[in-house]
Amino acid sequence: MEQFQLQGKAVRRAGGTRRQALTGVNASGNLEILVERVLADHECMVEVTTAVAGFRGTWDAVAQDFFTRASPGGLRFSINDGGARPDTVMLRLLQSVRLMEREP
Amino acid sequence: MTLDEVLAALFPGGHTVQPGPFGTIDGTARIKGAGEIIVVGIAGGTPLGIGGALLLAGHVLDAVRAGRKEPIIVLVDTSSQAMARREELLGLNEYLAHLAKSLAFAAMEGHRTVSVLYGPAAAGAFIAAALSSQILVALPGAAPSVMDLPSISRVTKLPLDRLASLAQTTPIFAPGVVPLLATGAVTEAWQAGDDFAARLAVLLAGDHAAVDTRDQLGFERHGRLLAGEVARQVAAAAAHD
Amino acid sequence: MIAAVQIGRADWYEASARDRIAGLLDAGSFVEFLGPEQRIMSPHLAQFDLTGAFDDGIAVGRGTLDGQAVLVAAQEGRFLGGAFGEVHGAKLLGLLRGARERPPRAVLLLLDTGGVRLQEANAGELAISEVIHAILNLRRSGVPVIALIGGRAGAFGGGGIITACCSRIVVAEHARISVSGPEVIETNKGVEEFDSRDRALVWRVCGARSRYLLGGADGYVTGSIAAMRKAAAAMIADVPSFGMTMLQAEQQRLTDRLHRFGACRDAPEIWRAAGLPEPDRVGDIDDEAFLTMPRIAGADHDAR
Repeated sequence: MEQFQLQGKAVRRAGGTRRQALTGVNASGNLEILVERVLADHECMVEVTTAVAGFRGTWDAVAQDFFTRASPGGLRFSINDGGARPDTVMLRLLQSVRLMEREP
Repeated sequence: MTLDEVLAALFPGGHTVQPGPFGTIDGTARIKGAGEIIVVGIAGGTPLGIGGALLLAGHVLDAVRAGRKEPIIVLVDTSSQAMARREELLGLNEYLAHLAKSLAFAAMEGHRTVSVLYGPAAAGAFIAAALSSQILVALPGAAPSVMDLPSISRVTKLPLDRLASLAQTTPIFAPGVVPLLATGAVTEAWQAGDDFAARLAVLLAGDHAAVDTRDQLGFERHGRLLAGEVARQVAAAAAHD
Repeated sequence: MIAAVQIGRADWYEASARDRIAGLLDAGSFVEFLGPEQRIMSPHLAQFDLTGAFDDGIAVGRGTLDGQAVLVAAQEGRFLGGAFGEVHGAKLLGLLRGARERPPRAVLLLLDTGGVRLQEANAGELAISEVIHAILNLRRSGVPVIALIGGRAGAFGGGGIITACCSRIVVAEHARISVSGPEVIETNKGVEEFDSRDRALVWRVCGARSRYLLGGADGYVTGSIAAMRKAAAAMIADVPSFGMTMLQAEQQRLTDRLHRFGACRDAPEIWRAAGLPEPDRVGDIDDEAFLTMPRIAGADHDAR
């Protein structure tokens, strides 16, 4: 098991007004993400707790790519990971941003 | 302890407890200060199945219907629930639930209910026969468990020796009287040499809370530190705007 | 999460615990207690090298169903099999205790559980017993407790016992209810006693149709969340009261079942003995045809 935080910068604030959302389930090969609008408009962060240690570099690459693609300013993403592949992680992160854009 | 030893130690004033079908026992006993009490149970390490559960529930309901509100003692020495296709096909969950309901109902109707564990009891049998009374007493030889360590090892994929050493540091998963006492499941553990009849008389004479306080017990004994507080917070939220 | 318009058609089996709640209750009415943002997680999983869930695998809260105030709990069967741990069980217990203090019209239990979480087995087992006591106390005080079953994890172990302690049980087509799971029986008693890989056999022994036909469940619905919503609302209106009359009736009902079908080894034998038409086709027909079938005499009862 491993825990770490990945900080990022966003060019703009994430859309919507929703305060929080939860997506996914912590199961084998999957992950759950809790998104909360708690950071400054140009900050973003992914907090990871993963069952599979030793992949921080991969997580960092996915997170930075995600920050660039989605510009999730103001959002903190807390993840409980059950060993999801990087493409699954990216998919869920993008889904979670869309959830935050919806009406609460 | 054997059943005869348990009966002799609990009821020195005499009893009429006899074996019945499916490993069940039933009868009455006299206790100093408490008069006549009802004794039922499952003995001999017999797995608790639909037949046994139904008989025990029937004895309990008969006692409630009679209206004398005597204490009901449930003696427990069972392996686990009967594991068979036929038992599940016929709805073992309903039979075990029916036993749990009957014991809970007896307590609601003013019977003091005490389960006395003097052998093994695992899983669903432990829930229905041992944990469904107001009080659970463990005697020497009691071996309560939810699941044995080898099975936990298989499911969690942790080696047995690692589990065994973990069990020394937390009461949260390991089988046995000590961890189940700490979590609040076992109310009292009596030791060899104790005067069981006297201790039973004290239990039957004492006040008992109408509410389930096992979460508080687990907190006080440092075996379940979170349950009580989490339940309290949710209950408060549910009861208020 | 599924968009609101799709929720009604969505499949109970496939949906997450929160999507089931969203589709079951009146739109937007759900207010969660101790939600995931509070991070009340299991402290016991890390020593097993497991990561937790922000809600410990169960969502509890209040809402309305056709305008009636209800309390609701939904287990997430995909997180550790929906199994009961310390926090998970305490959330459900707290909900039931809160209902006692301030009675809602009903409590809805969306059970989806393999039973006890072995990593915290003692806390989980005890929580199940506490939940049983709380359900029975609540029923005694007149509040209906309705079990809705149809998730991936089914209702096994103590979850099966909890189910049968509820006022009414609704099953969706994928529901399975049992104490010992097929794998557990096979492991302990051998493959000749129960071949857990024989899916058809598993469904015949503990599946929704078998339970419904025999009276182990009170309502059977096709797999949609909308169907479950309709059934839950209907069940609330008329539940057995918890008392001597009911318990004696249940004693009789279960005694009759044991006498009539105690020699049967498979569900079609029961259906044949009960005189149901075409007992060998029960597993093959679609839901519509199944719902037109007669049930075994006595399966429609208030003895629960």
